[in-house]
Amino acid sequence: MEYLAQQMMNAFAFGAEYALLALGLAIVFSIMGLVNFAHGEMIAVGGYSMVAMAALSLGNPMIVIGFALLAAVVASVTLERVAFRPVRYADPTTGLLTAFGVSIILQNLFLLLVSPRPIAVTSLYFLEWSIPIGMVSISSLQLFEALTTIIVIVALMLFLRQTSLGLAMRAAALDFEMVRLTGIRANRVFAMAFMISGMLAGIACIFIMARRGSVDPHLGFDPVLKAFVACVVGGFGSLPGAVLGGFLLGVVEVAMLVLLPQSLGGMTDAFVFGIIALVLVWRPNGILAARAEKGDKQ
Amino acid sequence: MLERRGHNGPAFRFSKEMLSVDNLEVFHGPIKAVHGISFKIDAGQCVALLGPNGAGKTSTISAITGIARATGQVLFEGSDISKTPVEARIQRGISVSPEGRRVFANLTVEENLRLGSAASDSNTKTSIAEFFDTFPILGERRHQSAGTLSGGEQQMLAIARALIAKPRILLLDEPSLGLAPKIVGQIFSLIGDLKAKGITILLVEQNAAQALRLSDYVYFLNNGRIAAEGTAESLGKSDTLMAELTGIS
Ligand SMILES: Nc1ncnc2c1ncn2[C@@H]1O[C@H](COP(=O)(O)OP(=O)(O)OP(=O)(O)O)[C@@H](O)[C@H]1O
Ligand SMILES: [Mg+2]
Repeated sequence: MEYLAQQMMNAFAFGAEYALLALGLAIVFSIMGLVNFAHGEMIAVGGYSMVAMAALSLGNPMIVIGFALLAAVVASVTLERVAFRPVRYADPTTGLLTAFGVSIILQNLFLLLVSPRPIAVTSLYFLEWSIPIGMVSISSLQLFEALTTIIVIVALMLFLRQTSLGLAMRAAALDFEMVRLTGIRANRVFAMAFMISGMLAGIACIFIMARRGSVDPHLGFDPVLKAFVACVVGGFGSLPGAVLGGFLLGVVEVAMLVLLPQSLGGMTDAFVFGIIALVLVWRPNGILAARAEKGDKQ
Repeated sequence: MLERRGHNGPAFRFSKEMLSVDNLEVFHGPIKAVHGISFKIDAGQCVALLGPNGAGKTSTISAITGIARATGQVLFEGSDISKTPVEARIQRGISVSPEGRRVFANLTVEENLRLGSAASDSNTKTSIAEFFDTFPILGERRHQSAGTLSGGEQQMLAIARALIAKPRILLLDEPSLGLAPKIVGQIFSLIGDLKAKGITILLVEQNAAQALRLSDYVYFLNNGRIAAEGTAESLGKSDTLMAELTGIS
């Protein structure tokens, strides 16, 4: 019983992390049809900024976290300006190749300018507690992760429903040109999408760093792959789909870790992706695929 | 009633030029859709742009809003806006109810209107509630997603979304397209009301009979060129042109 509760908490925490990552991809994809594979590098930027803070002996966790978030947001918005603006209205393949290019360039910059080896980051003590709840004990990391994700999802929902820019972002997913025709500046919409995406990467970065304890140039690959898979399962371009896909991926992953016999331990990912493939056989466009409905009725 | 038009521009004078287009050529990639047309719209006027399918009417609208690539001059209230970005042209007071209506189907009626007013000056903004008095059908459906509206309701919403920004000029691209005759009547009576309020309108239509009734001046476009122009009465007197306009030969 305790074991089950523990594993459910694990699944929820993993799922929360994947949901954060997937949302970061989905929010950009929904408005510009770009799969931003450089999203993983925003996480690495956050990680390196934590290292930099330690080097400056600024160990206060709030400063470390704040700075990591800021670094990821600035990096993301800068990327939009420098790399993605020129290919904004190009076809999706061009955007995809640009994103891969950016990702590779950033990884190589980390290799050259920082170090090819993993560097330990400041540990955030309040993410290392163990909180006993009845018979089970959960880590404060898992608790914070789950709570933060819920807060982020609620905040994002409020933003998308209550603010003009949020409405514009939802509308832009359907018809960007028409959004411009209401006078809302396209540049602001794109910048906001990348700002939110960077913020989500920064938040995910905190938890990923707390779990791994170190940052290396290729850190971003695994998270962005998981985010991509979560988006595909949930339905690419759908924000609720990204959240659902993320949690589903977390559950399946933990279930496989728990259920697979020791001898198949190395095959966990294969089983996880196998199950995902089955979901896609059932729903080829993902579970909550964005319906291609247009404003006009013909 | 008319002085509201001049609220931040020069004082209102009758027959002041609102929009004029000079030697406009419009391109879609390598294709030239409009071959050097010129026309003008005075403040408070309703000007119709008529013509068959593919004549270049929508291309002309797109050039005025800046969506399509174009050469030539677009003058709005005396200043050249041909190099101005789309969003800035809208903010200056050009609003469009586009071809195919293009309401945001995934947003509610109210959210569509909020978006329509988002970019306009906050102190000239009409409250949305006030707006629902003019459009009671939309008021009833305010929390419904726009994609679930009927075609006629979507057209109302598209016009309302353009109007709520308090435009200086309203561009209407085939507002009657694909609607039942009764609804077409409602849409045209709405346009008539707008005109009576002194709103400057550029009306693109294939329903020539209705458009002629409302318009002060008419340009007839064919193959990307202006084939005829004149007041509604003068064009209405020409039988051959009338036949061409209404598609009855
Ligand atoms: N996006 C586009 N790409 C290529 N060609 C286009 C595009 N849009 C319009 N055209 C071409 O430009 C010409 C004029 O089209 P336009 O849409 O302006 O006509 P229209 O007068 O609005 O016609 P309709 O009454 O059918 O709406 C047509 O020959 C059309 O094929
Ligand atoms: Mg047209």
